[in-house]
Amino acid sequence: MYENPDGVMIGLEVHVQLNKLKTKIFCGCATDYHKDPPNSHVCPVCLGLPGSLPVINKKAVEAAIKVGLALNCRIEEYTQFYRKNYYYPDLPKGFQISQYDFPIASKGQIIIEGEDGELIVRITRAHLEEDPGRLVHEGTIDRSKYTLIDYNRSGMALLEIVSDPDLRSPKEARRYLDKLRNILEYLDVFDGDLEGALRVDANISIMGGQRAEIKNISSHKGAERALLFEIVRQKNVVRRGGVVVQETRHFDEAREITLSMRTKEEAHDYRYFPEPDLMPLKVSGWAPEIKETLPELPDARRMRFIKQYGITDDQAKSLTGELVWADYYEQVLKIYENEYGEKLDPKFAAAWINDYLKGEMNYRGSTLTYAVGKVSHHLIWHEYTVAILGLLKHEKITDDNAVIIFRNLLDSPRGGSDWRPVKKAADSAENYVMRILEEKGLLKVEGDIVETAAFEAINENPQAVADYKAGKEKALNSLVGAVMKKTKGGADARKVREILLVKLG
Amino acid sequence: MWAGINELMERIHASSSEEVVSEYFERIESSKLNAFITLSKESALLRAREIDSKAHDGSLAGIPVAIKDNISTKGTLTTCGSRILTGYVPPYDAHVIEKLKGAGAVIIGKTNMDEFAMGTSTETSFFGAARNPWDLERVPGGSSGGSAAAVAGGEVPIALGSDTGGSVRCPASFCGVVGLKPTYGVVSRYGLVSYANSLEQIGPFATNVRDVAALFDVIAGYDARDSTSVQREMNYSSELRNEVSGLRIGIPEEYFGEGTDENVEKAVRNGIHTLEDLGADLAEVKMPHTKYALSAYYIIAMSEASSNLARFDGMRYGLRTDDSDWHTTFSQVRAAGFGDEVKRRILLGTYALSAGYHDKYYLKALRVRTLIKQDFERAFRDVDVLITPTMPYPAFRLGEKIDDPLSLYLADVDTVPINLAGVPSISVPCGFSQGLPIGMQIIGRHFDEAAILRAAYTFEENTDFHTRRPGGI
Amino acid sequence: MIGKKDLEHMAWLSRLELSGEDKERYTPKLNSVLDYFSELDEIDTDGIEPAYHVLPVSNVFREDEVSVPTCSLSQEEALSNSPKKQDGFFKAPRMM
Ligand SMILES: [Mg+2]
Ligand SMILES: [Zn+2]
Repeated sequence: MYENPDGVMIGLEVHVQLNKLKTKIFCGCATDYHKDPPNSHVCPVCLGLPGSLPVINKKAVEAAIKVGLALNCRIEEYTQFYRKNYYYPDLPKGFQISQYDFPIASKGQIIIEGEDGELIVRITRAHLEEDPGRLVHEGTIDRSKYTLIDYNRSGMALLEIVSDPDLRSPKEARRYLDKLRNILEYLDVFDGDLEGALRVDANISIMGGQRAEIKNISSHKGAERALLFEIVRQKNVVRRGGVVVQETRHFDEAREITLSMRTKEEAHDYRYFPEPDLMPLKVSGWAPEIKETLPELPDARRMRFIKQYGITDDQAKSLTGELVWADYYEQVLKIYENEYGEKLDPKFAAAWINDYLKGEMNYRGSTLTYAVGKVSHHLIWHEYTVAILGLLKHEKITDDNAVIIFRNLLDSPRGGSDWRPVKKAADSAENYVMRILEEKGLLKVEGDIVETAAFEAINENPQAVADYKAGKEKALNSLVGAVMKKTKGGADARKVREILLVKLG
Repeated sequence: MWAGINELMERIHASSSEEVVSEYFERIESSKLNAFITLSKESALLRAREIDSKAHDGSLAGIPVAIKDNISTKGTLTTCGSRILTGYVPPYDAHVIEKLKGAGAVIIGKTNMDEFAMGTSTETSFFGAARNPWDLERVPGGSSGGSAAAVAGGEVPIALGSDTGGSVRCPASFCGVVGLKPTYGVVSRYGLVSYANSLEQIGPFATNVRDVAALFDVIAGYDARDSTSVQREMNYSSELRNEVSGLRIGIPEEYFGEGTDENVEKAVRNGIHTLEDLGADLAEVKMPHTKYALSAYYIIAMSEASSNLARFDGMRYGLRTDDSDWHTTFSQVRAAGFGDEVKRRILLGTYALSAGYHDKYYLKALRVRTLIKQDFERAFRDVDVLITPTMPYPAFRLGEKIDDPLSLYLADVDTVPINLAGVPSISVPCGFSQGLPIGMQIIGRHFDEAAILRAAYTFEENTDFHTRRPGGI
Repeated sequence: MIGKKDLEHMAWLSRLELSGEDKERYTPKLNSVLDYFSELDEIDTDGIEPAYHVLPVSNVFREDEVSVPTCSLSQEEALSNSPKKQDGFFKAPRMM
C-alpha cells in the first residue's frame, strides 16, 4: 500500500488541442499555423472583431465525443456552449466560449500505473472550448515591460479534461498525463509533438489544506517538476506554522518554480451564461456510431500483444505506450511476412525493436515519428528494419553488424551521409542494405576469409598463442578479437573460436 | 426629394446614378439633422459611376442607401456611436452589406445612433444627438435615429437600422417613416456589432411599405456564418397586395394602457378601424405578461451587452490610453471610451449575471421571456396579426428624458415584447399629434412578414399619412 | 440594492474605472432601475423553462473545411486597427 505521507491530493485540468482538425473550432481558419508568422492565421471571428459570429466545427464535436467514449464517460444528451466572462490580454472577446452545465462528456475513468499498482483516476468531465491567443513576454512574465499577443492559436479547438483529485504524487500525475496523451494519439485527434498541444493546470493540496492552482504547465515533465516544487513549498509553509492559501500560481518553466499570481484581483466571477450566438447540441445520438469506429485503445492492445505475440508485459507496455511504436512493431511483423513468406518471430522482433531500437532512439532524444513517419526519405523505414531483421534471421549478418547499421542510420545527418537509405526504384530494401553492407565491408564473413584471418592472427600474435598454450584460457579471447577486427566484425565470433581451437591444436 | 425606389430607378435610367447620388449628398451637406457619422462621398460616387458604366444590374442598382453605424463596412469607419471605436475600420463586410453591394446599391454613409444601440433617442451618441426632421428640438427616436431621420428628411431613400428592443420601429414612428423588425433569424447578424444577440435583427427603413419590402428582399436570407440564421427563401415584394379581407386582427388591450398618449391611442384605433372597413376582422386578445416584458427585456439585453462589450479593451482596435499594468489599462481605456448609459448598462448587466444575483435577475428574466413568448403563441392561434401603438407617445424633446434612464426605458414598453418573442413587426405612419408623426405597430407570427407587410401596404394604399413630409428642414 | 462595495465590485469585474463622482452619480440611477426590475418577483415562474433561444433550433454546424479567402485576414489586415503593435504582434501592457 502507498502511504501518501503528506496527504497529497492532485487533480489535473488538461487542455488538449484538437490539432488534427483542419480548422479552428468556431471559424474556418487553418490550424497549421505553427511555422507561420504571428497573427497570420486569423479572421474576424478568432480575432474577436466586432460583429463576427461563431459557428461550431462539426468534427470538433465528433472528436470530443470520441475522446469522451475512450475515457469511459457518459455523453450528455443536451449540451450547449456558455460564455465564461473574464478579462485577459490573450482573450480577444473578453470571454471564452466554453461549456458549463452539461459538458459534452462526464463521469469517466482511466486506469494508470500508480505508486502501488493499478490506480483508477476518475474523469470529472471533458468539455469543448476555444483556445485563447499566445502571450509572449520579454524575459519573464513578472518582469516584462509589455506583452506581445499572437492570435494564431486563438480559436483552436480545446478539449478540457478534468480529473477528480485522485492523484497522490507528482509521479502519478505524470503517468496520468502520459496515459492521456497515449489515448488521445490512438484516437487520432491529437498530435502531442506540436507546440502548445497540451497544457495543464494542476490543483494540489497537502494534508487536507487549501489547494493551489498552478497554471501554465506545458509538458509532462513540467507538471512533475511544478508539483514537486509545490509540495515542498506547501510543506514549508505548514512547517513554519503558516496556512496554505487558496490561490492561483504561475509555473515558471525556466526556473522550475511557481509564482503567486495574486494581484489586487478579487475572486473570479465568470458570470457564465449560454452563448446566444450558438444553438444547443443534441448529439448523444451520434455516440453509438462513433463508438463503433473507436480504435483499439492502449490497454487492449497491450493485452493482445502479450497474448498474441508472447512478448513480456514490460515489452508490451513499452511498445503500446506510444502509438507509433506499437504500429511500427506490428507493421514490421506484417511486412516481413509479406516479403519473406514466413512469420518473423515476434519475440525476436520485440527484442530488436523495443529493447534495442527504442533505447537507441531515447538515448539520442529522437522519436520514431521523427525518424519514420514525417520525413519519408529519412532514416529507418519499416522495410529497412525488415531487411536488417531478415538478414539477421538468415544469418547473413551478425548482431554486431546489425547494431552498426542501425546506429549509422540513426546518426546519419539529414540529407547528407552515404548512410542515408535512398532507395532506388526496383531496388529491394534487402538489396539496398546488402549493397551498403558490401560497400562498408560489413557483410558476414565466412569460409576462407575467416580461415585466413585466423591464420594471420595466430602468426601476428605469438605472445597470445604462447599464453594460451601455457594454459591461459583468456588469451584465446584476444585472438578472437583480432580475427573479428580483421573481418570488420563480419565473422561469427562463435565460429571463429572453433576455428582457432582447431588451428591451435 | 423623398422619391421612392421606382421613381429613382426611372431617374437613374434617364440620367445617372452619379447625378442622383450627388443630389443626396448636396442635401446631406446642408442638413441640420446630424443623421450621419461618416459620409462616404468619394467611394459612393465612384461606385455610382461604376454602376452607370454597367447595365444598372440588380434590384437596387444605383440607389443610395444609408447604413446604421453598427453594421460593419469594409474600409469605412464603423463607430457604433462610441468613442471607444475611434478609428476602427473593419477589414470585412457584414452579410447585409455584401447583399446590398450585390444588388447594386450605393452606400452613402454611416448613420448616427445611440452608443452601441443603447437608447431610444440617439442622444447617447458620442457624435452628438441626431434631430427629428419634424421638429429639430425633438429626438428622432432611437437607437437607429440617424437612419430614420435621414429617410424622413429626404437625405436618403432607404436605410438600414438594427432593432434590439424597438430601435428600428421607435425612430420610424417618431420620424413618420416605415420600419421593419424581421423575425429573429431571417436577416444574418454577421457583421452587426452585437448589443444583445438573442434579441436583435437588422431591419429596413423607407418612406413606404413597397420600398421597405424591396430592401428587405435584398438583405433577408440564409447565411452560414450566423448560426441563428434560418433557411427560408421568400420574395416579400411579390406578397404585397391591397387586400385584407378576412385578415384577423388582434388588439391586445395591454398595449393601450396607462402612459399611452390620448392622440396616439386615437390614431392607432382609427388605423385599426380603417383596416376593419377594408374587410379585416377584429378580435380582442389577452397578453397578460406584457407588463413584465420591459424588465425582462432590459435584464436580458444588459446581461448580454455586458459580455458583448467586454472585447473593447484597446488592444486590437479602437481607443487606447497610456499603458500601465493590463488591469489598469483595460479599465482606463473602457472608462474613457464608453459613455454613461453604456457604462450603466454594463454595470447592471454584470450585476444581473453575477454570483448570487444570476437566478434572481438573469434566469428569472428568461423564464418570464418564456411566458411572453407563450402570450404571443396563444394570441396567434386566434388572429393573424396584432396591432398596437409603436410608441406610447410622439417624439419627446431633446434632453427631456436623458437624465432619467428609467423613464427612457419606459418608452420601449410596446416594442420590447416583440423582440423577446422573436416575431416580426412593422411600424407605419398612422396619424399626427401636434404636427408630430404617430406610428402603428403591426405584429406577425414567426416568419410571417408577408402578412404584416400586406396589412401595412393595404393601410398605406388607403391612407395618406405616409405621403406627408416635414416642412422647414 | 447596489451599495458602494457592490458597485466597485461590478466595476472591477467589467474593467471600468469609476471616479468617486461617477459612483455618486450612478448609484441612485442603477438602484431605481433595479427597483423597477423587482416587479418580476411578483410572477411565479416555478417550472417555467428559461427561453435561452427564441427559435427551437439545435445542431447547427460548419464542416471542418478551411475557408480561405472568405474568412482569413492577412497579418497586415489583422493588425491594421491596432493602436500598438510590434514585429507582427499586438502589443499589450505589462502583465504585473
Ligand atoms: Mg478551460
Ligand atoms: Zn479564424
